[in-house]
Amino acid sequence: MSDPIVRPHSKSWLAKFGELVKDTLTSQVVTLWRVFRHLFVATDTVQYPEQQPHMFSRWRGRIILTRDPDGEERCVACNLCAVACPVDCIALQKTEDEEGRWYPEFFRINFSRCIMCGFCEEACPTNAIQLTPDFEMAEYKRQDMVWEKADLLIAGTGKYHETNFYRVAGKSIGGKDKGEARNELPPVDVRSLLP
Amino acid sequence: MQWEVGSALNIASILVVVIVFAAMLIWVERRLLGFWQDRLGPNRVGPFGLLQVVADMIKIFTKEDWIPPFADRFGFVLAPTIIMIVILLSFSVVPFAPGVGIVDSNIGVLFVLAMASLGAYSVMLGGLSSDNKYALLGSLRAAAQMVSYEVFMGISLLGVVALTGSFDLREIVLAQEGGWFVVPQFIGFVIFLIAGVAESHRLPFDIPEAEQEICAGYHTEYSGMKFGMFFVGEYLGLVLISSLITVLFFGGWQGPLLPPLAWFFIKASCFIAFFILLRAAIPRPRYDQLMSYGWLFLLPLSLLNLLITGVVILSAN
Amino acid sequence: MVKITVDGICYEVDPANNLLQECLSQGLDLPYFCWHPSMGSVGACRQCAVIQYRDAEDKKGTLVMSCMTPVTEGGIYSLASEQASNFRADVIESLMTSHPHDCPVCEEGGECHLQDMTQMSGHNYRRFDKQKVTHRNQNLGPFINHEMNRCITCYRCVRFYDDYAGGTDLSAQASHHHTYFGRFEEGSLESEFSGNLVEVCPTGVFTDKPFSAHYARKWDLQSAPSICSGCSVGCNITPGERYGSLRRVVNRYHNDINGYFLCDRGRFGAHYVNSESRLRGAKDASGLSVSTREVEERITAFASEAVIGIGSPRASNEANFALRCFVGAENFFAGHSDADHEALQVLVECLRDSSFHSPSVREIEQADAIIVLGEDVTNTAPRIALALRQSVRNAAKDLAEANRIPSWQDAAVRELAQDSLSPLAVFASGSTRLDDVVSIKLNVDGVSLINAANALVERLSGRSPNYSDETLGTTMQSVEATYSALVGAKRPLIVSGSGAGVALMRCAANIARALSDLRSQSCDLVLLPAEDNSVGHALLAAGENTLTTALAKLATGEIKRAIVIENDLFERAPTESVRAALTAAELLVIDQIETPTQRFATLTIPSATFNECETTKVNYEGRAQLSFQVGEGSEAAKPVEKWLNVEASAHSDSLIARCAAEANDFARLGECLPNPTGRIAGLKVPRQSHRYSGRTAMNADKNVHEGKQPVDDNSVMSFSMEGMLTQKDSSLLATAWAPRWNSNQAISKFQAEVNGELKQGHAGVHLIARSNKGSPYNTEQLIGMDGPFEIRLVRQIFGSDSLSSHSAAIQKRMCDAYLSLCPSDAREMGVVNGDLVSIGGNEDGSIEGGATLPLYIRKETPIGVALVYAGSSALGARINPHDLPRYASLAPSKAVYDAIQSRLGLTNLVVNDAAAGAH
Repeated sequence: MSDPIVRPHSKSWLAKFGELVKDTLTSQVVTLWRVFRHLFVATDTVQYPEQQPHMFSRWRGRIILTRDPDGEERCVACNLCAVACPVDCIALQKTEDEEGRWYPEFFRINFSRCIMCGFCEEACPTNAIQLTPDFEMAEYKRQDMVWEKADLLIAGTGKYHETNFYRVAGKSIGGKDKGEARNELPPVDVRSLLP
Repeated sequence: MQWEVGSALNIASILVVVIVFAAMLIWVERRLLGFWQDRLGPNRVGPFGLLQVVADMIKIFTKEDWIPPFADRFGFVLAPTIIMIVILLSFSVVPFAPGVGIVDSNIGVLFVLAMASLGAYSVMLGGLSSDNKYALLGSLRAAAQMVSYEVFMGISLLGVVALTGSFDLREIVLAQEGGWFVVPQFIGFVIFLIAGVAESHRLPFDIPEAEQEICAGYHTEYSGMKFGMFFVGEYLGLVLISSLITVLFFGGWQGPLLPPLAWFFIKASCFIAFFILLRAAIPRPRYDQLMSYGWLFLLPLSLLNLLITGVVILSAN
Repeated sequence: MVKITVDGICYEVDPANNLLQECLSQGLDLPYFCWHPSMGSVGACRQCAVIQYRDAEDKKGTLVMSCMTPVTEGGIYSLASEQASNFRADVIESLMTSHPHDCPVCEEGGECHLQDMTQMSGHNYRRFDKQKVTHRNQNLGPFINHEMNRCITCYRCVRFYDDYAGGTDLSAQASHHHTYFGRFEEGSLESEFSGNLVEVCPTGVFTDKPFSAHYARKWDLQSAPSICSGCSVGCNITPGERYGSLRRVVNRYHNDINGYFLCDRGRFGAHYVNSESRLRGAKDASGLSVSTREVEERITAFASEAVIGIGSPRASNEANFALRCFVGAENFFAGHSDADHEALQVLVECLRDSSFHSPSVREIEQADAIIVLGEDVTNTAPRIALALRQSVRNAAKDLAEANRIPSWQDAAVRELAQDSLSPLAVFASGSTRLDDVVSIKLNVDGVSLINAANALVERLSGRSPNYSDETLGTTMQSVEATYSALVGAKRPLIVSGSGAGVALMRCAANIARALSDLRSQSCDLVLLPAEDNSVGHALLAAGENTLTTALAKLATGEIKRAIVIENDLFERAPTESVRAALTAAELLVIDQIETPTQRFATLTIPSATFNECETTKVNYEGRAQLSFQVGEGSEAAKPVEKWLNVEASAHSDSLIARCAAEANDFARLGECLPNPTGRIAGLKVPRQSHRYSGRTAMNADKNVHEGKQPVDDNSVMSFSMEGMLTQKDSSLLATAWAPRWNSNQAISKFQAEVNGELKQGHAGVHLIARSNKGSPYNTEQLIGMDGPFEIRLVRQIFGSDSLSSHSAAIQKRMCDAYLSLCPSDAREMGVVNGDLVSIGGNEDGSIEGGATLPLYIRKETPIGVALVYAGSSALGARINPHDLPRYASLAPSKAVYDAIQSRLGLTNLVVNDAAAGAH
């Protein structure tokens, strides 16, 4: 392994002097010249808001809750986004409809704490919570930065169009009985002794 | 020792121009850095962002004048004033143009060096009185760096002094009528340039206030106008070093066609721009690299320069 | 101890145990499913495979199931070997082939043993692409959710429910990969211990239904160590709170008391703190609300003249002691009925008596001959009933030992033992839920029970017999059988309680004393009081300060003011006397829940529930235990001691310390307080887990500016994540969690050895020293019969406890008050199931409290006895048992019983001897 530090005793005085001259005169001066040339290069700055930046779809901006292809809420209130959140700005409460489908009774994001890290999106097993390219969320009152489910929930599927958790998971809900999820056999008749 | 003091008007206008210029440098530096980094820099306040300085001033003047409860009040307040005072005093001997200048002193060079070494106290006092580990580290670094680089800063000038035969800065300018000292004293110029950057702890030699390592070094605890004084002090130092280089090596106000003051301004501005380019381009060395570079390379080189100058002068005579 | 080598490291282990248990005791991470620390091994899941080497030369080894492998001297094993770990990964992969991918919507998620073990075994991605087997779920009643798809067929549920807890209505059905665990038909799980399925099931097949209704993940629950308030056993529990409401209760391991299991009353009854009938604010006689400040002023002003304070067996030591300080010891009266008062005097005397030993629950499990005298343990102290069920297996264990089968070989031991049970004698009126394991059953009326007990005492003490076959008839056979069982036993145990009546408690003490004299060593005697702090309350109330005295003083106007804390006097004394006293007095009631007593109060003040304050309680053994505050509670509901403004005195820094200093028998109470050296660097102990979520959003809807974390100055626990978990003090260990062990199985990491004491030490302190040597009680019967039927009160696990019966889940399992006769008496009277019967002969049931009850025919009710369950005041359907005569005539009532109108009906009643078509 080469030692990047030039040790005073490791080389002859002359060699060291030569190296210093090389460093100072060539390397540094060349650097100065190259940086100086940037004076004549077009700037990269986007003059927002007069000029709108191009936002990439994976940009981590405003958080939304999406619906599955059937139009139902994707969020199953599993709490994984809340626990993944490093600033603990997500709070929710699970509730259940008559047919066993889990959904959040309330879902609250305190955007005044949110750091847009996207951990919630990564943790979400149902692709319900997604970050969008919208970053224009400033408010004059901090209280207005607290968003409830009504503010977060959109009508569509967001970035991921296919995901439909309850079509895969074995729990039965309204409109999907036991044995009707992907790759499932019909329910077992426990009274039968046939193999 | 001769002291010829200029008119009050002279003094006042120089003081105002220098300070305003230093303040404007804050904007200039940010714009220039921006361009060199393919950005725009501050361009929103006023035309071309010129009023950014005013906005900054309003902000810094209206900030809470906070002195940490654990700090030593006296030293804490004194430190930023020292740096402003010593640098402004240094300007008193700088000959800007014929008839423009505050003092004509026959020991001008020595006075500048003396004032520069006083500047070290400001930094040390600021760091010590803050009672903060980063500030203390910063002030320790600053003390070592400034004391070291002062040595060959002085020696590098001796070539110029020897060629002129005077410590009077005005005479040094006049002595360059036949040719700028940068030609015979090129090595001296390079060493002075480097030492000057180190003295004003500008990048790449901003080791005493390296943000990434020690927060902001000796001015970690400073805010509001006291921080502002350190800040403007740094830019004043930049202007001073640029002015001195102009005076010592590039013939001061001398030049064809344009009025002398304009020549001085143009030359000094070039060096200021160069210093800003240094900041944009050169990374900060490590602390030990800085010290060994100074003592093991620059000091022998400056002594060699002096020796050769002496030999040449003696043999010419 | 023997030496074994596991993966090259030498360990000293106990040869009586299996390899898996010893590996876990040594802190090694070895996956398992079907093994359970208190249920032994069956080797069903194949998950705990390790390699066993013949000797040091053997490099290949054999794959063995560690739970089925006894440890032997010099044994060499490997957990880490590739073969073993690949095998475990393959096993879990096959267990997971039909797992339904629904962790996000599973209540077990995040504290799931299956999740932990899957991670530990290294199975990450599903490779099986064939179709999954699915099952239909059953509605298993108000306590348990069923999601059969998640099953991995480890058989733990039926092994607990059927084998351990004696349930009959849960079973394994169908075969091979269709195996189904459920009931024969949908319906509530009948066992009183069904809630433990939640913790026993390693995955999410059985989950906590009330918890699911307001679900929060384990890491989001704010918890603290607490003590159950359901009965006098004092089981250790961990309540969890979120958003300011109690979400669930889980078992907290205590080596001596509850071990790994709780009863359903404890687990689901704690939800009473969220019930509608909680008092939420102070109100005056006209029901108008009163501000906290005014309440405080009025309480202070109340003490300006003499005040009678009536304590409560369901209030903490601190509350009772504070009231005693507030009114003065001479004006502090017991809050239980006179009969209970007498019973508790007997109980406390027995606790002081050196002839007896009060066994802990763990010790009860070790008894090898037991007589239960009159007490229906399953309905009054259910956790002890579960322990009695284990003690009868001691015969099986002895048999196994004789055949050199280790006792942890659960299936083998059961196979070997078949029906051989240690003797358990139950002398009672009517059937009990233990009947299936009872070997000597005496089912007679009250007087005969006392006679039988006296005969047993005589037999044991060898006195000249007053009783014989001629006087007692067939009863004497039971007495003889019990006698030989007790005399032949290594560790006999006598159980009775206030539910049996004071006369039988005295008989029980006499039996134990006779046995103790016979064996010249102290005899295990369990006397069960009715409520969670009956003993502590009895120790504070002076002998002559009975409730009747207090009521008389109020009725006569001798003292005009009274404070009643956490008590409903209509459950404690005859209705008329209570009404007379309360009408005459200026009454101030402090209670957690609404009670009929409050109708007479000039001021009703809400008090803090068990999870809202830090208090101590004394259980049946005289063991005082500290229960910590879990949530912040509300400003409106303060603990009684705070309302009465009785704080620490000059020379003690807490009310507990003051109580220890000033009250007799409480000198050691201070030892309940956390060990100051148990904490790290003096830091507080966090109530929230290290991964508590949502802190900056939970209250953001009210105010986005986060307030300071609430401070709990008086406690060593903090209402936040701040602080450090304790290392040495078991009383501060709320939730077991260890890296890689998120489920409750993590407890093995906190035990010195599996099933042993907690590493953190031992919680609770026995208050009473045994110094006296008493003499036998006189148990001659003096009561004359003035009616053809003896009225005997029975209790129900769901309903008889005044607090837990306010829990919504418990209410779904409660039943109406009823009267029970045997089929022949009913036939003679011409009544059938569901007919109304009046007590006292009046056809309109004119006794106060409406003592006209629906008939429920129970086959094993003794002839001439009417068993009466008084119902619960939580739903207003209660008769006052103190209004009932001991003997009465019964008559059919002309009114019609409308089960729907009475809300509960009798369908939820679970008894062993229901007559056909009872529901």
